[in-house]
Amino acid sequence: MRVTINDLAFSPAEITVKIGDTIEWVNGDFVDHTATDKGGAWDLAIAAGKTARLPITTAGTFAYYCKFHPGMTGRIHVEAK
Amino acid sequence: MRSLIGNIATLLLTLTVSSGVAVAGKLSDAQIAHIASTAGELDINAAQQALDKSTNKEVRAFAENMVKDHTAVNDQALALVKKLNVTPEDNATSRSLTKDAAEKLAKLGRLSGAAFDKAYVENEVAYHKTVNSALSTTLIPNASNAELKSFLQTGLKIFRGHEQHAEHLASELH
Repeated sequence: MRVTINDLAFSPAEITVKIGDTIEWVNGDFVDHTATDKGGAWDLAIAAGKTARLPITTAGTFAYYCKFHPGMTGRIHVEAK
Repeated sequence: MRSLIGNIATLLLTLTVSSGVAVAGKLSDAQIAHIASTAGELDINAAQQALDKSTNKEVRAFAENMVKDHTAVNDQALALVKKLNVTPEDNATSRSLTKDAAEKLAKLGRLSGAAFDKAYVENEVAYHKTVNSALSTTLIPNASNAELKSFLQTGLKIFRGHEQHAEHLASELH
């Protein structure tokens, strides 16, 4: 599942995946971002112009944001396999 | 720094009076580019002072991000003005921003420890509020070139992120 970042927004902002999937964030902006779980489960750096990946291992709903630009938010629903 | 809006208003008024035509009194793209890049450089200077003085992990992470983001924005701005053949032009607003920032650096330079951290972060909130307000009410509406306008709009989104980040940090330091 791919989430793109352009002009300070995650798109799609809300996704549904299954355990075992990998989410990749493609940062099209010229500044660094993060995908940081609000519950503290993960904190992924996504450098400017780069792609970062997160393997999904836990079911549940995760709200995340960018630590550097907290107005950027997203949500991931993880279903059991 | 709080006087930025006032300064821009004064500048607009001055230009209006001297040109005698209200519509011709708006800021030029060369001046807008200069104000935007000056604002970025001044925030980098403030962040560098924080990196010299602060030992707070969160404050340092914030300052490091200010250096990175504002450097990236200014590099992009430089490439854009080059492409557009615009030479950034010094102006009263840029000079006033620079003067205010020098005073703030001196004031913060006399503080240390938690007092410095708190003052730095509170100033970052105020500074980004001021710059963001100037961008949305004056600089973006006055930009003539569509690419410059769009670039400033992206800049505003980034700096609003900084404002929120600084506000979050300020609430944690209280």
